[in-house]
Amino acid sequence: MNLGILTWLILLPVAASFALLFFKRDRTTEIKVFAFIVTLLIFLLSLELFVNFSAAKSGMQFEQIHAWIPQFGINYHVGVDGISLFLVLLTTLLGPICVLCSWKQIEKRIKEFFIALLLLEAGVIGVFVSLDLIMFYIFWEAMLIPMYLLIGIWGGESRIYAAVKFFIYTMVGSLLMFVAILYLYSRTGTFDVQGMQWKLHLPFAVQCWLFLAFGLSFAIKVPLFPFHTWLPWAHTEAPTAGSVILAGVLLKMGVYGFLRFAIPFFPQAAQYFTPAIAVLAIIGIIYGALMSLAQDDLKKLIAYSSVSHLGYVMLGIFAFNVRGMEGGIYQMLNHGVSTGALFLLVGFIYERRHTREISEYGGIAKVIPVYAVIFMIVTLSSIGLPGTNGFIGEFLILLGAFEARNIYGILAASGVVLGAAYMLWLYQRIFFGKITNPKNEHLEDVNKREMAYLLPLLILIFVMGLMPNIFLSRTAKSVNDFLKNQAAYFQGINKP
Amino acid sequence: MELKELVTRFIWLIPAAPLAGFIINGLWGRRFSKNFVTLIGCLGPFIALLVSIAGFRALSMIAPAERADGIVYTLYNWISAGSLHVDIQFIIDPLSSIMLLVVTGVGFLIHLYSIGYMGHDKGYSRYFAFLNLFMFAMLILVLANNLLMMFIGWEGVGLCSYLLIGFWFEDNEKASAGKKAFIVNRIGDFGFILAIFLIFTSCGTLTFSGISEQAKTLAPGVLTAIAILLFVGATGKSAQIPLYVWLPDAMAGPTPVSALIHAATMVTAGVYMVGRMSAIYVNSPEALIIVSIIGGLTALYAATIGLVQNDIKKVLAYSTISQLGYMFLGMGVMAFSAGIFHLVTHAFFKALLFLCAGSVIHAMSGEQDMRKMGGLWRKIPVTFACFVIGAIAIAGVPPFAGFFSKDEILWKTLERYETTHAGLYAVLWVIGLLSALMTAFYMFRLIAMTFFGAPRANEEIMHHVHESPFSMTSVLVTLAILSLIGGFIGVPHLLGGHNWIEGYLEPVWAHPESAGAVTTEAANHSMEIINIIVSVLAGLAGILGALLIYTKFTALPAKLTESNSGKFVHRIVYNKYYIDEIYNALVIQPIKYLSALLWLIFDMAIIDGGLVDLSATLIAVFSQLSRRIQNGIVNNYAMLIFIGAILMLCFFVAQMAA
Repeated sequence: MNLGILTWLILLPVAASFALLFFKRDRTTEIKVFAFIVTLLIFLLSLELFVNFSAAKSGMQFEQIHAWIPQFGINYHVGVDGISLFLVLLTTLLGPICVLCSWKQIEKRIKEFFIALLLLEAGVIGVFVSLDLIMFYIFWEAMLIPMYLLIGIWGGESRIYAAVKFFIYTMVGSLLMFVAILYLYSRTGTFDVQGMQWKLHLPFAVQCWLFLAFGLSFAIKVPLFPFHTWLPWAHTEAPTAGSVILAGVLLKMGVYGFLRFAIPFFPQAAQYFTPAIAVLAIIGIIYGALMSLAQDDLKKLIAYSSVSHLGYVMLGIFAFNVRGMEGGIYQMLNHGVSTGALFLLVGFIYERRHTREISEYGGIAKVIPVYAVIFMIVTLSSIGLPGTNGFIGEFLILLGAFEARNIYGILAASGVVLGAAYMLWLYQRIFFGKITNPKNEHLEDVNKREMAYLLPLLILIFVMGLMPNIFLSRTAKSVNDFLKNQAAYFQGINKP
Repeated sequence: MELKELVTRFIWLIPAAPLAGFIINGLWGRRFSKNFVTLIGCLGPFIALLVSIAGFRALSMIAPAERADGIVYTLYNWISAGSLHVDIQFIIDPLSSIMLLVVTGVGFLIHLYSIGYMGHDKGYSRYFAFLNLFMFAMLILVLANNLLMMFIGWEGVGLCSYLLIGFWFEDNEKASAGKKAFIVNRIGDFGFILAIFLIFTSCGTLTFSGISEQAKTLAPGVLTAIAILLFVGATGKSAQIPLYVWLPDAMAGPTPVSALIHAATMVTAGVYMVGRMSAIYVNSPEALIIVSIIGGLTALYAATIGLVQNDIKKVLAYSTISQLGYMFLGMGVMAFSAGIFHLVTHAFFKALLFLCAGSVIHAMSGEQDMRKMGGLWRKIPVTFACFVIGAIAIAGVPPFAGFFSKDEILWKTLERYETTHAGLYAVLWVIGLLSALMTAFYMFRLIAMTFFGAPRANEEIMHHVHESPFSMTSVLVTLAILSLIGGFIGVPHLLGGHNWIEGYLEPVWAHPESAGAVTTEAANHSMEIINIIVSVLAGLAGILGALLIYTKFTALPAKLTESNSGKFVHRIVYNKYYIDEIYNALVIQPIKYLSALLWLIFDMAIIDGGLVDLSATLIAVFSQLSRRIQNGIVNNYAMLIFIGAILMLCFFVAQMAA
């Protein structure tokens, strides 16, 4: 039987995590090598999606559908379109990177760690490819568990508090979503996602309630201001790989949820709430940047910068025009690459000095110049310097927002100034000046393993900045269809 | 025709050659020998210079009427999103061809100079890599055929400026100066990017030719908004009021960097951009007035600060701000050619002045305070001679370069006197004259303090004073020659010239819709002559005044600054009108406190502590209470079941009754 590429992408990590059970727990090198090979294989396999994805086609590709629990109309249904394509690829890319960056950092329960990591990867991919609501919900919840364990077991000092906070916060949202999913089933008798997109003509009031139920869950995950306070904790306490996955792909599940479910299911409600969401997004951009300015903890600073960056993404999506949405989707990838890289870099220095206090550093550019250069490149990408990936996303989002409503673009663009301020200030505090702390005098610069996981992201920063059309051309069709369907929906309403 | 094709095919080499230098030296420079680093570092700009010269030649062979279309080459399509299509597309037209020659010419010379100046620095290869990267970004800015591509270069040069100001990053103050430059420029870029949005939403295109075509059809309000937003960007990059504050601090970088980036090329990008967007500006009289006022005020304001500074580079920095103000004054009165002309001559003489200052600092073992100099002219005669040539040029004494360009701007300002807003332009003309007077004064004050009088440095330093090596002095001499003769590309008709540069650039500029304001030259001859005489006199007066005061009546300045009112004024001006302190108190500190307060009170206490944790605590308390009910005593359970059943019964009864 031909399983199809997407199924392989979910199955392989699950199977590999089972296989890891049979490894002896003290054969740590073998465990790591195995995990690395598997994740690398998954990544290489996923490139098939990139190569064979047709930019001209509407709708889902690599689609597969099998009856699963026919009594309730639940199917095994997977597929990707231009919106989810690169999210899947980003997840598979971060897989081997996460294994490599955990090589030395994880010292206890190594076997369990990689099992959790692999299950997490499977769960995230599942979320992005599921086209059946029950399936989606299962993956959505399932992926919480390995993440919870990653933070709770391998995290920092306050890991338990952070893990519980992360878990409860997200659970509150998802329970409401589950109720909404069941309600939808009771009305339609199906869990088919595509069947509901733009086709559910629910009364406006019902739409609003359901949109809020779905939306809260997604907004927490994004996180949209003011639902963000779990993020600094979770990011700060998680091990490097956890932070990378969290920033790289988990946050995007929220945005993806809006794009795939909340908006197409309840278009009128989405339109009704757009100003509120756009305002929250703009507040998030500026507020997140201000929070970053106030931080003394390296990881907290980057965590708050994520709030700011995801604010851009949400603003772009809810601009509901080509440039805003393409920019929003692009910025999701950028954030995965740049912030992922930032967390890797923080992990690098944490491994050496075991502190995240910014004041512990200073002047280290002289000791570890290669690290300083890489950190600079990622910083520039994060603040959206033209030529790097960050610029393309920010520019398209801000332009889209400006086209939607001038004031949105103007307010949000002010975040660009603050972004430069907190990142360059951070950079100065860590790298410039004289070395004040003797512990920093003999740091080891980037080694080959570290270069191996940083280099792909560095290359992506420039490729995505200089040749964005590679990516934009593949998302364009889906975005256009999205907007066309949305317009058609509202036309249908206005014509009785 | 053949040359044109050749140039078209190889335009990309102009930015690519320095980029290659950056990559090679950046990646492997530390492993190369010093000579090889030098070779790689200078080869890129040299190739760029050669192709630029070829481009200029090729353009000259095209009939003047078709030159405005330029030589265009599309490398690839950069961004496509919906109706937005942005190409990486190069253009060599009269405007960019002049700019190319300045950037690659002066740039290459400064690379040569750096070989000697930075020779003993540990970061030699890093320095050349950054300098090459700057050339790349600047050339992208100049060659861009659309606004977004220009923005790549625009922010790119800002990055290089940041990297090079903070080149000696172990000194935290220098690193801070770099950061300040970047962030202040970002504030300007905020305006620039909004202008791009507004242009795209109203014109539907970002190419320069497209914008020019559409400009006339735009509503006046939109035009003015675009023009002002773009100008906000220019005030950042070109250090005009109110965003000039980063440039004096930028002197923390190596002196050749100050010469190249913070005097000759990058800081003039704002002037270049306004020229590129002339179609927008000529259609917005309001914006033009703002440009000319800001330009004039900056010219005067910075000149006053230059009068009292004691750091040799700070004097030159404020002088640069002032001269940039001059250029904007020219742009503001629609004397676009004159503005660009002054950009060119300024690039020659200001680069020369900075490099001479570098030579002085080099000779003085790193000393920059002029109060500790004096009596140097015999010891470093070449530097001295070149400095004097540069100073005469900037003072506007004929036939040196600065005279022609400065005079042209003043004349065009005065000429506007006959149109509307007569009072405004008269005042601006007076401001221009005053600034010219001050410029000449502070320049010769600098010369007197540095080169004349008795040496004020200690014996040991004076003993070490030596003329710079040939690699540096040869560059000084070359630039001195350019400062001497550079003005001849724009000799006004009145003085029997052809004003070549005005004619050459003319096809590029847009003309206002009400084209009535075309000058009637004959009638104004007498005015023009008066303007020349007055402006030359102003320059000479400044020179003589400074030389007299600082060589003969040396007690006078001290007397002035020690008198009661003089002391007060001196303190304010010397401290740069306390603008940095005011910005710090009004903007930077409030943002710092706001963010700290918001984090502690709003984020940690109210949202996280209050709403999130409190709701969790409430649930915990509630479950603690409800746990008591489940105490395992069966009798209690039976009791509860009984109560429940009764309640339900009551409910049904009540329903049936209703």
